[in-house]
Amino acid sequence: MITLAHYLTLGAVLFCIAVAGIFINRKNVIILLMSIELMLLAVNTNFIAFSRFLGDVSGQVFVFFILTVAAAESAIGLAILVVLFRNRATINVTRIDDLKG
Amino acid sequence: MTFPLISFYVFAAITTLAALAVITVRSPVHAALCLVLTFFSAACTWLLADAEFLAIVLVLVYVGAVMVLFLFVVMMLDVDIDPLREGFIKALPVGLLVAVVMLVEMLTLIGVRALQLPAPGDPALAAGMSNTQWLAMALFSQYLLPFEIAALILTVAIVAAIPLTLRRRQGVRMQDPARQVRVQPGERLRIVKMVAEKPAPQPETSSP
Repeated sequence: MITLAHYLTLGAVLFCIAVAGIFINRKNVIILLMSIELMLLAVNTNFIAFSRFLGDVSGQVFVFFILTVAAAESAIGLAILVVLFRNRATINVTRIDDLKG
Repeated sequence: MTFPLISFYVFAAITTLAALAVITVRSPVHAALCLVLTFFSAACTWLLADAEFLAIVLVLVYVGAVMVLFLFVVMMLDVDIDPLREGFIKALPVGLLVAVVMLVEMLTLIGVRALQLPAPGDPALAAGMSNTQWLAMALFSQYLLPFEIAALILTVAIVAAIPLTLRRRQGVRMQDPARQVRVQPGERLRIVKMVAEKPAPQPETSSP
């Protein structure tokens, strides 16, 4: 029988992989965006699991909205990436330091 | 081991391996393709949790739209990979350490007791509906205003993404549709008043 813990474990594993991806690919914006998508997937898996095991529809409604916002976010993120590459000819995060923060 | 449990383990293993491949492979194109596999097998685990509608939406929206957008961008940018990979080995121990510590903490929180909880029946079937109908009943009644705001967010995203990437090139002859629509007859046809006169007949020239 599949239990709640199976889904929560899958979500936790996916989230940790995404965190590790952000740590080890610090310079590549594309992989950073993909890691964020992986994190959202992990969170959505948790929402789906809780919705299923608590019998509450709100979790699935929340996943619906997260998918909407994530699609908008990645569209704008990739547009910014294209503009960045056009202006700087690089997507290396360490070279993008104009603000000197 | 029931059949759903076995298939859950298979899909979860594929999801995990593909996610690991996303963060470790060299080429961004391969990473994007591995991410497609991750989303697809995650959608399969959602199907096992009786969330059919969202599983299909995940495949349609993510695999069909967002990942294709990712692939387009990755292929259009001529990215030099080697400088982007130089800190990879150095950051690997720190990243692994943080990830493993986080994972252990989360698994401790989840605990083993939750493994013995009995799974209730499908809540949608208990309400006498399909999953899609169950979701739609909540979405179009209780969550109608957030639903419309979500539509607005998507519109704003389109409107924002297009001017961001729009580039005006110099020296390109383009039509301006707005000016074409606004044109007045006076700009196209100019009536000139002039006296009507007959050209004087050419004088006969006698050949020598």
